[in-house]
Formats: sequence, structure tokens, C-alpha cells
Amino acid sequence: MSTDKQLLKKFKVVVVGNGMVGHHFVEEMAQNTDYDITVLSAESRLAYDRVHLSEYFGGKTAEDLAMTTPEHYEELGVNFKTNAKVTAIDKVAKFVSTQSGETYHYDKLVLATGSYPFVPPIPGKDQDHCLVYRTIDDLEDIAASAKVSKVGVVIGGGLLGLEAANAIKQLGLKTHVVEFAPQLMGVQIDGGGGRLLRQKIEDLGVQVHTSKATSVIEKGNTSRYKLCFSDDTELETDLILFSAGIRPYDNLAREFDLAMGERGGIVVNNQCQTSDANIYAIGECALWNNFIFGLVAPGYAMAKVAAKHISGEEGEFTGADMSTKLKLMGVEVGSIGDAHGKTEGSLTYTYENQPEGVYKKIVVSADKKALLGAVLIGDTSEYDTLLQYMLNAIELPESPEGLILPMAADKPTLGVDALPDTATICSCHNVTKGDIIAAIDCGAVDVGQVKSGTKAGSGCGGCAALVKSVADNEFEKRGVEVKKDICEHFAYSRRELFDIISVEKIKTFDELLSAHGRGLGCEICKPVAASVLASVWNDYILKKPHLSLQDTNDTYLGNMQKDGTYSVVPRIAGGEITPDKLIVLGEVAKKYNLYTKITGGARVDLFGARVEQLPPIWKELVDAGFETGHAYGKSLRTVKSCVGSTWCRYGVQDSMTMAIDLEHRYKGLRAPHKIKFGVSGCTRECAEAQGKDIGIIATENGWNLFVGGNGGMKPRHGDLFATDLDDDTLVKYVDRILMFYVQTGDRLQRTSVWMDNLEGGLAYLQDVIMKDSLGINDVLEAQMEAIVGTYQCEWKTTIEDPEALKRFQPFVNSDKGDSNIQFVTEREQIRPARGAEKIAVTLIDTMENEIETADAVAEEA
Amino acid sequence: MTTTIDKLWRTICGSADLVKDSGISALLANEAGNEEQIAIFHLPNSEEKIYAVGNYDPIGKANVLYRGIVGSIDDEPVVASPLYKQHFSLKTGQCLQEEHRIAVYPIRIENEQVQVFY
Repeated sequence: MSTDKQLLKKFKVVVVGNGMVGHHFVEEMAQNTDYDITVLSAESRLAYDRVHLSEYFGGKTAEDLAMTTPEHYEELGVNFKTNAKVTAIDKVAKFVSTQSGETYHYDKLVLATGSYPFVPPIPGKDQDHCLVYRTIDDLEDIAASAKVSKVGVVIGGGLLGLEAANAIKQLGLKTHVVEFAPQLMGVQIDGGGGRLLRQKIEDLGVQVHTSKATSVIEKGNTSRYKLCFSDDTELETDLILFSAGIRPYDNLAREFDLAMGERGGIVVNNQCQTSDANIYAIGECALWNNFIFGLVAPGYAMAKVAAKHISGEEGEFTGADMSTKLKLMGVEVGSIGDAHGKTEGSLTYTYENQPEGVYKKIVVSADKKALLGAVLIGDTSEYDTLLQYMLNAIELPESPEGLILPMAADKPTLGVDALPDTATICSCHNVTKGDIIAAIDCGAVDVGQVKSGTKAGSGCGGCAALVKSVADNEFEKRGVEVKKDICEHFAYSRRELFDIISVEKIKTFDELLSAHGRGLGCEICKPVAASVLASVWNDYILKKPHLSLQDTNDTYLGNMQKDGTYSVVPRIAGGEITPDKLIVLGEVAKKYNLYTKITGGARVDLFGARVEQLPPIWKELVDAGFETGHAYGKSLRTVKSCVGSTWCRYGVQDSMTMAIDLEHRYKGLRAPHKIKFGVSGCTRECAEAQGKDIGIIATENGWNLFVGGNGGMKPRHGDLFATDLDDDTLVKYVDRILMFYVQTGDRLQRTSVWMDNLEGGLAYLQDVIMKDSLGINDVLEAQMEAIVGTYQCEWKTTIEDPEALKRFQPFVNSDKGDSNIQFVTEREQIRPARGAEKIAVTLIDTMENEIETADAVAEEA
Repeated sequence: MTTTIDKLWRTICGSADLVKDSGISALLANEAGNEEQIAIFHLPNSEEKIYAVGNYDPIGKANVLYRGIVGSIDDEPVVASPLYKQHFSLKTGQCLQEEHRIAVYPIRIENEQVQVFY
């Protein structure tokens, strides 16, 4: 074995092309460190996610779409060159040369050159503003052209064409789709599905023209151009986008004599080798069994097979399932197997609900035992189940129509238990049920670990829910309870406790414990109960019955530091503060000798306050008009903002006022974890709103709303939830989203993780909030209204209550302070003394100590 | 430095100063000038109702234990350090997660007076 490896060590693998498939090959190949891998890419960027390309217009950047980085390739030990178009192959001497004349020797060459958009030979096609939709560079061209255009036409009504139409619609253009065939998406769906899809797309304001062949592009009368069709009709437009299919990028193979298909494509065998055994072709440039696969999953499968074969392992590409599920302009579309019912003797069942815009069809074998294909428009909830029936040849139930009829009660559902171990769960990464079980055998203890261990769900993401149920089912089988109990005292999740408390109108922890718990409670269930009680009833959190439930941070209304002192953070909504108030902060900090720092959330943090100093400090702050900043609470922290259109040359909305209004609206709201907002006045995004739980970015027409962003430990960009909202709708949506999160989030679950774990993901949340699919929006809004209406500044209430102030005495029986709290001076401010720096005193009088320290600082200064 | 002084039940505060299911801190000073900080917890629903332990968290190295949340772990009454959340038994002072033990003090309520034996 080791000698084999020694031999192989000299092996040079050169990969031409760094699209999704080429990149996947690199990742597979680099797992074995014995190979010297070189990637040559004609594009200026390394691999990026083309499947989600349209999100570029939804606010995602090239970096968001990137699948790798130069650093990552360096870590893998992969050599790479961008802007390096390969122009020649020497099959005998085994080297390739690039446009700039560099040559690279190979032992094995992998062609992953992909495909290019086919532009039909229509006279006039080569003018400005006649574009294609394939790369990030194309998108930049489209965006530039859209700025000076009003109307856009997409030529081609296939899957990509409809995505392209969505893209130009998002750019604000009046959008048309022109299709040669009599229906949209003719490859994937049948006539009935096509009719409904057309209706739904037209409802969204996109005009569809079918059975239209463009004969010439001429100068327009009202627009830049006009398309003249063969039936003598015309269509005026400013921008033309061709999406009439793809053609394999196979010219290298053609010029250097590799076997080709009649209509193009590099012929490969089951190992993805071309007619030259040292040259492989994978992805959309490869022709297997006279077929080109235009989806990413089969490309990934080819990449894996080629990498295995080069490393001497076994593996075969034997075709791929072309089933697909996607969302086009918000319309759910699914296509499985033989969607057109072309199999001899096949029978179909169809369900159509025009008012609701749902069309479902299944194609079954003559004996009604096997599912052959399906078409789903408007509702793809049965997609996973149907796909598993087909892929695993699972015998259909007695009445197969039950699979698509909307009678929830007796709908036969396919339990994940029924799936064989060979069932493919994630087709992008070819992960089977058996692979998931193996990952659990190897120690994965939750769904997150299963996903990171197998990569399942990390391609198109369509299988996420299925991956979770397979993993959960497996965990349950081995008695690993999928544990939702928050602690030993309550056999309930936070969400269940929320329901119990609201439904049974429970007002105290003691009531909750005696009715539903055991023992005395603990530091986990008590703060959870406190948070839920605060969310449901919004009582002053330090009311007697709630007092003992709070973490010390909530009890003392400050963040405890390592030496037992606290920090003081008044609210500075939106980061806007008057000079007078800033002076007050400075004076208070000076008087009490507090370490002073500007926080990341655009406010001022004062450190080193002893418990007994907190009330007098806050009295001065409250008197000067400050209120608590809730920096200690699992609640709204800050709304970060730029100055917006008021001051900035680029601002398009008044982000400052919006930020301040939002901060005042949601301050004090108790949630499963802290919540941060960002509001940016324009798309330059100076407030970094996409990294916040709730991110708001101004547009010309209103506000774009992002949900679930996070910086911190595991950064995540927020998902674009809705676009161009007016002020009232924005607040309404945020009310509902926050309240829904407060009710359903797990303990200490930030919105980012909540979003990742929400079954159905973003689309589900959009349905709940925008379409009221659960019928709870009235309740959510009323709950938020009640909380907003009963807000009180916890510090103001505390300093007015002599009983509450007792807690801030350092000792019940002495006025002395804690001698263990000692400070030294660093950069002209205090910091906690470290062990060796502490003076071994027993206890000294607090006031004296303070005066001494203050004097020492004054002298130093 | 330390002089041996006879231990006695000494009154710390009134029982009205206690906070239900929560802690307060007190300073134990004797005639010899020794001073110690203790944390007193009032758990009316537990067996012994009132407990006194050292206030110093040996792991976080700060006098903060009285500010921890109290409760039970496997029926043992405990306080969780507010700094790093380790549990200390209120009966024995033993830390349930690490090799540390804090002092425990005999405590009682007599005629509405909270008394510690030291």
C-alpha cells in the first residue's frame, strides 16, 4: 500500500474549470494528500454557487455565493490560477497550455469546463443590452443595463429562463417571457402544470408569450428594441436576456480530437474517462450515454466517480435522477421522474385546485404498484415522499391518489423507517440513509453534526427536513432521546412551557413548579420561566415572586464582571446622543471612577461598579433622562444605524428615525436570547444590518427586511424576508416575527439558529407572517402591543422602591464593602487587579477605598 | 495572628431580611478581628429551610456566591455560581462539577432572628 502511494505521489492532476462541479472534484481529490492538484480557471473568480445565482439581486454578494477562497485552496495544498484559459492539450507529452502561454504537465487531466448559454442565431442578437444569464459577470452586466432600461424580455421559458425573469423583475423592469414551445418548463412539467404555472406567473405581473419564434431584433418605436415574431406580432423591449438552453463547452475536446457526441458534448464512460484514458470530463461538458446532465447533483456524482477512479478506487457513474424541486418567483414547482407519463401503459392521477393555484399529478405503472413520475405546482409538500417512492421502488398504497389529495387526516405518509438504507436522502452530495446512520454510529449526537459530517443538506438544501427526520428517527431508535426537556425539573421544552403558562394563566414560578415540575428548580429553568412570564405578562421583572428566578445580571440590572462588579450601560437609541447627555456619562464615570469604553453596539459601557454603587449611579443617569439599556437581559440590545438620508449623500430613507423608533418599540421585550437590529439607509449597508437578528436596508421604494443574521461565534447573513416594505408593514412584520420567535425559540437560541432549525425554513416563516398560514397574526400583534404598552424602565422602578434597594447593600449586617474588589491603573483607567497585584487586606471601608483610588487616578492623570 | 475565640450562636439579622429562594451576604466578625464573608440562603420549600456557606467562589475567585440562583440537583439543595455556573451543595459545600469545597456554617432562626454559630 505504501509503495503504491509512493508511486502515486508524483501524480499531477490538472483540473480545467472551477465551476461548482470542478470545485467539487477538487474537494473530493484533495482528501487524499498524495496528489499534486492544479486548478486552471478561465473566470476571474474561484468557484461560486450558480444554483443560487438569482440571490445576487436579492442582496447576496459575490462573497456570499463563493464556494471556496484562495486561503481554503492553499490550506488544501491545491495550486490554482484564475484568468487562465486553457487553449491547447498535448495528449502525447501530457501537458496543457493557457492563453498566456504557460504550460502545465499532467498525469491525469480533468475537464470541467461546463457549458455556455445558447443564443439562437437571430439577426440583431449581438447588440448592446442583449445579454445572457450564467455568471456573476453576466449579472453585473444585467444590473448595469437594467439601470437604463424599463422593459426586459427573457427569451426562453425553461427553468433558467424563469429564474432570469425573476432576476430582472427584481431589478424593477416590466418583465416578459417569450417561449418557442406552447408551454413553460416543457422539459420538467406537463401541459396541465404548465398552464397553472403560467397563470401564477402572470398573476405576479410577468407577461408570458408562448408559441413565439423570434425572427429578428430591430430598433424599437417606444423602447430600445423590438422583437419581431414569425407570426407577425411584435414586442417592444429595452433589454433582452437569452436563456434558450445550454451548450457544452467542448471546444478543447473538439480541437484536440477527443470523441464527441453528434450534437456536442465530450463522450465519457462510466468512470467519466474520455476517449483518452488519461483525460476525464465531468459536469455539463460531459456526454454520458448520449445525455448531458444540466443539474448540479449528477455533476457532483461524476466528480466523485472521477476522483475515485484516479485514486484507484472503484466507482461508477450510472446516470442520475433528474427530479427537481424549486421555487420560481415564489411559486413552488416540483418534477419527478417521468413527468410526462411517457412510459408505456402508465396511468395518471391528477388533482387541480384552480382557486388556490395548486396542481398535482402522479404517473404510476400499469399495475398501480410503482410510482414513475410526478408534477407538483403551487405546493410541493409531498415532493420528498413521492421521490422516495420512486427512487426506492417502494410499493404504492392501495389508492395512490391519496398521496396527492388534500385530505390530511387519512393521507398515507411514508415513514422514514420504510426507507431502505440505500435510499438517497441528499442527491446533491449523494448521501444515503445508510450514510446518515453511519455518521450516527461514528458519534454524531445531533442533526447539526450529522449534516456537517455527511454534507447532507448543504447543496440545494431541499432535503433538510428529510435529513432531520431520518436522523431524529435514528436517534429515537437507539434510545438517544431527542431531548427537549429543559432540565431535570421540567419535562418540557421552552416552547411547551410558554404554552402552559399562557393557557393556564400561570403567573409565578411556584405555581408552575407545583403544577408541572419537581424539585426546587435550578439556574436553567428559573430564568426560562422568568423570561416566559415576562413575555406573557410583562411584569416588572424584579417583583418579589420573580426576584429569585433571575440570573444575577437581571437581578442587579447590570452585567457581572469577573471580579463581581457590574457594568452600566444606558440606552442610547440608534447611537444618537446629545452632547449634554454625553457629558453626563463622562461626569458620572469620572465621579465613580468607572472604566469607560464605547461598545460594538454604538453605546457607552461603564465598568467596575460595585453593587452598592449601582443605585446612586443609575439615579444620576435616570435624573439626566437616561434609561436602562438592557445590556444584561435576554432582550433587545441595540439598533445599529447609519445617519441615513438626513445627512448622507447616498441615503435613500431616514434610517436614523426608523432605528430610534424600532429601538423604543421593542426595548424591554424578553426573548429566548438577546436580539440585535441594524438599519441601513442605503444598499451600501454601513450598519451591517445583514449580520443582525433583524436587518433592515433602505431601498428607493421602502425597506428590505432580513431575518436571522448573526455575527459572534457562528456568523450568518440574514435571509431576505421581504422587499420594499412601507413603514407600517415593516413594523407589523417585525412585531409578528419577534413574537413568533419569543414563543417558539428554544432557550438561548438566537434567531440565526432558530431560522436554521425552523422546519420549512424561510418559506415557512414567510407563510406564517405574510400569509397568516397558522392564523395567529392577530394574537401575535396583540401580544406585542400589550408588551409595548406596558414598558417600564427597570432602573427607574428600582431606584424608586426602597424595598428593592435593599438588595444592593453589600452585607446585611455591615456597611463595609468587599475588600476583594481591587483595581489598578492601566492606560489612565481602572482595571481589575490580577491575583498577584492584590493587596492582602482583610476588609477596608468602602468609602475610604474609593477616595484613595480616585486620588491615585487623579494624580496619575 | 488568629486568636482562638469560643464559637457561639451570634445574631446576624432579622428573619424579615431573608429573601425567599434567594441569597443575602453577611460579614462574620469576631472579637479577634477575623472577618469572613458568608452567603445565607432561604429555601422554605427544602428540608432545612436555611443554609449558610462561604461567599467566596473558589473557581471564579470572587465573593459572589450569594448572588447565584438556588435550586436542587438530584434533590440536593445547591447554589449555582453566578460566574461560571458550577453547583455547590448547600448542605456540604461540595462542588458538584470540580474538586472544590466551600465552608458551611451552622445556621438557625430563633425568635425571628437569624443566627450563625461561629
